[in-house]
Amino acid sequence: MKHKTFLWFFLPSGMAMFLFIAMPIVSVLTQSVYAPHEQVIREVENCTLFGCSKATQIDQEATRALRDAEPMGRFVGPSIYTDRNHLAFAEIAEIWRNASGHGNFFGQVTNLPFYDALSFTLTYTALVTPLSLAFGLIIALAVNALPRLFRGPVIFVSLLPMIVTPLVGALILFWMIDARGVLGAALQALAGDPGLSIKASTPLMWTMLIVYGVWSSAPFAFVIYYAGLQTVPGDTLESAMIDGASRWERIRYVILPHLLPLTTFMALIKIMDNFRVFEPIVSFSAGAHAKSLSYFIYSDLGGETRLLSSAAATSVLTIAGIIVLISPVLVRTWHAFGRVRA
Amino acid sequence: MTTRVADRRPLTLRVVMSSFLVLWLIVAAFPFLWTLWGSFKVEGDFFSKADWLNALTGPLTIAETGGSFTSSGYYGAWVQEEFWRAAMNSLIVVVCVVCISLTFGTLGGYALSRSPYRYAFWLLLISLVFRAMPPITLVSGYLLPFFEWNLWGHLPTAIIVLVAINQPFTLWMLTSFFRNIPKDLDESAMMDGCSRFQAFRHVIIPVMWPGVITTGLFSFLLAYNDFAVTAMLLSKENQTMIPKIASFLGTTQTKGNVMFAVSSVISVTAPLFLLVMFFQRQIVSGLTAGAVKG
Repeated sequence: MKHKTFLWFFLPSGMAMFLFIAMPIVSVLTQSVYAPHEQVIREVENCTLFGCSKATQIDQEATRALRDAEPMGRFVGPSIYTDRNHLAFAEIAEIWRNASGHGNFFGQVTNLPFYDALSFTLTYTALVTPLSLAFGLIIALAVNALPRLFRGPVIFVSLLPMIVTPLVGALILFWMIDARGVLGAALQALAGDPGLSIKASTPLMWTMLIVYGVWSSAPFAFVIYYAGLQTVPGDTLESAMIDGASRWERIRYVILPHLLPLTTFMALIKIMDNFRVFEPIVSFSAGAHAKSLSYFIYSDLGGETRLLSSAAATSVLTIAGIIVLISPVLVRTWHAFGRVRA
Repeated sequence: MTTRVADRRPLTLRVVMSSFLVLWLIVAAFPFLWTLWGSFKVEGDFFSKADWLNALTGPLTIAETGGSFTSSGYYGAWVQEEFWRAAMNSLIVVVCVVCISLTFGTLGGYALSRSPYRYAFWLLLISLVFRAMPPITLVSGYLLPFFEWNLWGHLPTAIIVLVAINQPFTLWMLTSFFRNIPKDLDESAMMDGCSRFQAFRHVIIPVMWPGVITTGLFSFLLAYNDFAVTAMLLSKENQTMIPKIASFLGTTQTKGNVMFAVSSVISVTAPLFLLVMFFQRQIVSGLTAGAVKG
């Protein structure tokens, strides 16, 4: 295809991505190095009969003029990145000096808001990704053993947790696990503690968020593994059986290697999706116990005071984080393409 | 082949597998059925402190409304809280997003699949990176310029933003789909004197619908399920369904409001049920197409 024709075909899509994905990245980058103007304070002298007193007041007009002149705010360089709410270098150095042992050090670091969000996001990604893949594989193996007649309905039901809106799916689970919900009541009965409430316990909240994550993303793994199982080479399986391979050996040496490329693909997609975990935290109103990076940005953006600079800095760090996480795949794709070209 | 392997499975393994599967089906379906049932009860029954069986039998529902089922949750949400307005907004957003992103995506994906040059690869790699970025990080980039230019709060803004966020995925999917349509098809049309666009119009468009429908389903899901963009970029009167549900939650102090949320959750899930029912095959093939061709 000629360059010019290519340009015209690609233009609408390219413009959309340029204007609304590439430019916002530039926008968050610039916003993250500017802070809002402080209000202009003026000193006024109030003179009464009994003498003069000085008072400070906000000069609304000058403040507005300054804001209009430089709508971006004042340039502050990387100071937002290093402040207490983000990378918190000073605080970490402080903790490093005073901490007793590694556990204590990490415990204190994860009390800082950014590291708190980062640690939850990474824990969530690191647990949900492999667990949902494993679950999906088991379901796929089980469905594959079913008579053909039952497979359609089983796939239908299995798709539901994945298809349903994340906010809605998480709400449905939350209402059941709530202290007044059916599962919450069951848990209370099991634990013998009528005061047990997911809203009051951080470990319980983390567990439930991870359970939700596995519940909602196992179907994706299931569908892809199931499709992969349909294409397992029959000859190889048969010859493995003739050679006396046990069931486990057949899974281990024939089926799993066949599914490996799918696993890499799904791991990539799931890492991307789990890293942005956000809606379940809103649904579970888990903000007090578990914050993810996305939720951290969301809570900065919402509310009365929109902390745009702070949100922008977190966004930049989040984007950097996900690029680091998927960089092995990017590098591999790049090499693979190089080989094809060469 | 399959049947023979199945025959050779030892009994214990079969029992374990089947019971696991039954367990999974309950885990997957029960929450929906439970909430559907509960959405026709009053709050005191669905969230029963006394006895979980109340949610099934509904003594308070009978006491308060006289029947064992009540649609007051639905009435409250759809009429009183004007959930229908949010539903209309959602409909507009979803239809526009699907149409526009498919139009952009087919053109772009076709170009990417037919270009032998290195930049096509780079564009795909860049869109993979774009796909990886959480939408909320972009939203924090939109807010300031949108406030400055008075673009914030309107439906078209949210639509074009969702289209853009949708593009990387749409491009990947459609590129891999177009690669499977033999090049000879459009190239022979061009031999016969068609321009590239005419070849696309007369040869490719008639055969591309299966791939476009599959991709469209996923665009639909993205636009329908979105919370981050629509919650932050739309004003209160332009709210779509998902942020509206979230706003019900913010005001749960008043009695009965939770039931508004419960009933609207069911209302949002119902179209998705139908979607899976009718398009199960396309959804499955779409998911796997991406995986197999990578």
